[in-house]
Parts: sequence; structure tokens; C-alpha cells
Amino acid sequence: MSKDTDIRINPMVRDEATAPLEPLPGIPEHVPTDYHTPTVDTPQDISRRKFLSKISLALSAAGGVVVAVPVVGFIIGPLIHTQNQNDVNLLWQSVYTNDHRGETNPQEFKLDQMKVGDTLQVNFKDPSSLAWAGVVANSAAWLRRESETQLIAYSVNCTHLGCPVSWLPDAGLFMCPCHGGVYYQNGDVAAGPPPNALPRYETRVVDGKIQLKAIGIQLTQ
Amino acid sequence: MGIIRKSADWAEDRTGIAAAIKPILDHKVPRTDWKSGWWYVFGSAVLVAFIVQVITGIALATSYVSSSGEAYNSLKYITNEAFLGNFMRGVHYFGASAMVLFVGAHMLHVYLIGAYKFPREMQWLSGVVLLLLTLAMGFTGQLLRWDQNAVWSVVVGASQASRTPFIGNILSQFILAGNTLGGATLSRFFSFHVFFIPALVFGFIGFHLYLVIRNGVSEPPEIGKAVDPKTYRKEYHELLEKDGVPFWPDALWRDAVFAVILIVGVAILAIIFGPPLLDNPPDPSILRAAPRPDWYLLWYFAVLALVPPGITTFVILLFPLVGFAALFVLPIFANKGERHPLRRPWAMGIVLMIVISIITLWIAGDAEPWSPKIDAQPLPIQVVASKDPGVVSGAQLFNSKGCEYCHRVGEYGGVRGPNLTNVGSRLNHEQLTVRILNGGNGMPQYGNNLKPGELNSLLAFLESRKGQNDKPVVADATNNQK
Repeated sequence: MSKDTDIRINPMVRDEATAPLEPLPGIPEHVPTDYHTPTVDTPQDISRRKFLSKISLALSAAGGVVVAVPVVGFIIGPLIHTQNQNDVNLLWQSVYTNDHRGETNPQEFKLDQMKVGDTLQVNFKDPSSLAWAGVVANSAAWLRRESETQLIAYSVNCTHLGCPVSWLPDAGLFMCPCHGGVYYQNGDVAAGPPPNALPRYETRVVDGKIQLKAIGIQLTQ
Repeated sequence: MGIIRKSADWAEDRTGIAAAIKPILDHKVPRTDWKSGWWYVFGSAVLVAFIVQVITGIALATSYVSSSGEAYNSLKYITNEAFLGNFMRGVHYFGASAMVLFVGAHMLHVYLIGAYKFPREMQWLSGVVLLLLTLAMGFTGQLLRWDQNAVWSVVVGASQASRTPFIGNILSQFILAGNTLGGATLSRFFSFHVFFIPALVFGFIGFHLYLVIRNGVSEPPEIGKAVDPKTYRKEYHELLEKDGVPFWPDALWRDAVFAVILIVGVAILAIIFGPPLLDNPPDPSILRAAPRPDWYLLWYFAVLALVPPGITTFVILLFPLVGFAALFVLPIFANKGERHPLRRPWAMGIVLMIVISIITLWIAGDAEPWSPKIDAQPLPIQVVASKDPGVVSGAQLFNSKGCEYCHRVGEYGGVRGPNLTNVGSRLNHEQLTVRILNGGNGMPQYGNNLKPGELNSLLAFLESRKGQNDKPVVADATNNQK
């Protein structure tokens, strides 16, 4: 190969790839299956290969984007498209209480069933839930009748890390089972690591039935 | 030539697999002796545990229903009715435990013998990624055990993500697959646990092993023999030329022995202990819950309880970030020099500190002294030890008002607050009154919660707690350590 012809050995080819394989014991004598023989390239070949490399990479990238964009969109779908969230009326959910066996009463809970000063657990359905959510669509809140006219619905999620707080009526405290968060009956932090008071849900009374606005889990930001 | 031999030769001629694998099996590795050689089995133990997980995972997936509403029933079916179902879940659980355990052991060994130094930095980095992926598998796997514990663990995970500045809300909604738990939540974790993360694990294990072959298995460290990137490769090559042994079987036999021990051990544990019991159904309206992570993250659960509340957000976000950043930059900044642990006191100290911290946090996470003991039973008569009606009703209030959840009297009650067995000889009437009414130091104020009569009964009870000995402070210290 002379310098002035600008013809060169393809640099992609490794030397050892062209070396003959040693025959292995027990393997019949075979014709080499390694086809990495040096090619002699003209300037046109090189230019053409560069072009083909670029166009192949660009096409592959385009193909990748065509697949990846809808896939990523689909996966982050719950962030973009929260069904029912735009329709405020669908968020208002009737609440239900548990009976003494812990089973949910089928009748909607009414304001006149609650004494002033009571704090009790009420259950409601997550309005955005899918048909196959099963019992996971159930949610709960702590409902307190502060006065004749004032209802407070506390989120059950501790503001520390979201564990469900329990109301201890005699002690007058909400307690979290995870890291020892404690709240007063007005939702303020009494002890432990929670940074904020218990969040609340909006409530309203329609035809005597108590409803709350089920906006989902309210986590500490 | 027999038919089998002929077929094998035909297959080899058409595929060349033996020709590709034989150089890997034959490649030379440093000679190890009885003492140093067995430490090298941890890496392959992780691989074996992973293979066990893949196989048992596929088996479990044939019966598991990845629907938020049905997963719990399918788990009950697998556990209680399916032939060998309980055993299969047990193997998958203890296989996961083995994988986490040996990832940790492998990493500590590699760090202690300085095997991450030149030219094996990329092995370490890919290993750190595999550690992350293993923990992600552990967490998502625990969630697939879709019971009450799992749904609240999802909420706890989303809560931690939610504290991220700016994108916290987006991250937590991504984890929950919406703004609350629902039908999409489990499907998401199923897909990650079964397809996405394992695919990454396969890829990184392939890369990790390729690098082991390319850069060679590290030789046992020698005191005074430092790694110099300029000469290391040449020295390593000479070492292998002089005293190397073939990878198979001279090195791999120990891995094979350990693999069998691991698999049999996992099977025995699965038979004896079985899988973790299923908690209540995944119904978020059942509020009597006490979510806990599996053992491999229990130490972190303790961290979250014990950090001062003011810096919780920093710890949640920065602790993992700084931890993994440190692991990532380690081989970049410390890729040469001594490898032997006896010449690297800082390395020894760091490992010792991490191991002791994690073990301590494990113990704390198991005992959870920070949690009020909500199920504390009323004090029995012999502990109250008084016929005074005020003291007796005070003892009842001590339980019903929740004092006993945090305070110990004798052998009863929680350990969150001070032990009150002898509080009567420590604090006087006024001091007790002030503490009860105003709270403080992590104690709620009871000013609005006690009627005057109740306060007097409670005081009468507490003042009668003089105890049997005269050293209340010592008694407090020993009781608090329990």
C-alpha cells in the first residue's frame, strides 16, 4: 500500500480478529467462521460509509424517540390525566361509619347521628379510583363535630411520613403507630416528629348527609 | 463416534459457544489459599441468589394477580392453598434476604481489600448501581405482598418523595400513580419489580461480570504492596504468568460449594420459618396499622424516627444522596495506594462504624422505643398496691388518658418517656402538676384534657409511686435501656 494512493486498511478491524482460531479438542477441523478480513477502501467508499453510518444512527434515534415518547407519556399519565379531578362535584363523597364489628354501615352518615364533641372514623370512596381497585379504593378520615355548626374532617395521614393516625378518645389525642407522632384533638402537633398539624378535608352537609371533598392523600411537601 | 458426541460437535461447529466460553473458563486468576479464597464467594453468592429470585419469581407470577383489588386474595391462595405455594413464597423471601445480605458482604469485602482500585473502578461503580437496584427490588417486592403493611409502605415512600423541593408533588403522584392509593398503584410496582428493575439488573450484572473477566479477579492484598496505575497491569500479568491458576475449576469450586450451601440454607429457612405472614387486607380505611419495612430497611426506619424533627427533610433527601454519591466517587478519588486493610485504618474505621451503626439501628428499629405503646393494659392491683380510692382511680386514668403508652411503671407501659416507677420520690406535687398540665419535652399538654378531679387522682397515684428502693435515678436508667 503506497502513501500517494490514499487507500488504507479499514481501521475498524482488529488484528487478533484476523488470527486463525486454534482448533479445540473434540471439535472437527472447521473452516474459519471469522470474516473480518481487511478491506481496501477508496475515498468514495469511506465517504459513503460515513454517510451511511450517520443516516443509520439518525434513523435509529428517530425510531427510538417514536417509541420512547408515548411510552414515557403513558407511564407518567397519572400526573397529567387525573380523571375526575377537573369535575369538583365528583370529588364530594358521602361518608360512612363502621359498626361495632368494624364493618362499614351501608347508610350514608348524617349530621344528626353525631354529638357535639364526638370524634369518629368515617370511610369514603376514592372518586378517581379504577374499577379493579377493590378495597384499596376505600379511604378514611377522622371526623370531629366541633360545635352545632362546625365539622372538621382530619386526614388520617401523619404529616411525618403518612402513616395512619388513630384517635384515642379518653386521652384526647391522635397517635401515629410509626415514629411516635402525637396530635391534639384540634389536629395540632402534641409530640414527636410531625412537622405540621393534621391536614383537613373540606366538608359540607347535603340533605342532612355529611360529605367531604376527597382530594387524595395530603402529604407534607 | 457416539451420537451424542456427534451432535455436540455439530452444535459447536454451528454456534462456536464452547470456543467462546473456553477461554473464559481457562483464563488465569491469582492463586488464593484457604484463608483468602473463601472471601471471594460473596459476589457469586449474590448472583446465585438473584437466579433463585428470577426462578421463584417467575413461578410466583404464574399465580399472582397484579391487581390492587385481587392481589391480596391471590396471595392468600398461594400461601394457603396452592401446592408448594407457601414454600415458594418462603424461598423468594429468604432468597431476597440472601441477596441483600451478600450484596452487603461482597461490597464490604471488596472495599476492605481495596479491590475497587485501579483498574477495577468501573466494577465498583456498576456494583453500586446493582446495590441500588437490589434495594429497589427489595422495597418493591415487599409492596407486592399487597397487604395493609404494603399499602401504608407505599404511602410512606410517597411521603418521603413528597418532601423533595419543587418536584415533590410530581414524584409522590408518580409513586402512588395518582393523588391517592388506587387501582393503578400496584400495577405500577408490579411492572417495576418484575420487568423494569430486573432488566436493569440483568444488564448491569452482565457488564459487571464482563469487567471481572476483562480486568481479572483482584489478587489478595499484601501489606506494603501499593497499587500504582503505571505498573499495576504489568505486575498483575506477571503474577498470573508466574503463579496463576485457571478460573475453572481452581477458583470456581468454592463458589459452587457456597452456592449449594446458600440454596439449601434458603430452602431450610423457608421450610422452618415460612414466608412473612400476610397482614390485614390492603384496605386504607382500616386504621389499626403498624407499617414496618422488612428487615433490610428496618435500620432506616429507625433513622427516620430518631433524627431531630427539624432536619427530617434534609435527612430524607440528603442522606441517601450523599451516601450514594460517596460510594460513586470513592474509586475516582482513591484508586491507588495500599490495598491491605491493615494499612488503611480509615477504611477499617469506616466499615466498623457503618456496621455498628446499622446493627444498633436494627436493634432500635426492632424495639422502637419512640413509639407509644397503644395496647398497654391497665396496671394490675399488685402494681398499684394501694386501696386509696384516689390512687386506684388515678391508676385507671394513667392508662385511659394514655400516660401508660409512654411511661413505665414497674414492668408495665411504654418507654418513650421517663420511667415513673419512683416518680413520687423524685418530683413533688407542684412539679408533677406543672408537667402534666403543660407537657413539654415531647409530652402533650393535658391541661385541656383533665377535669380537676381527674388531675387530683392522677397526682395521688403518681405521688404514691415511691418505689421500693432509694435510688430512683439508677432504676430509671436500667429500665430505660430495656
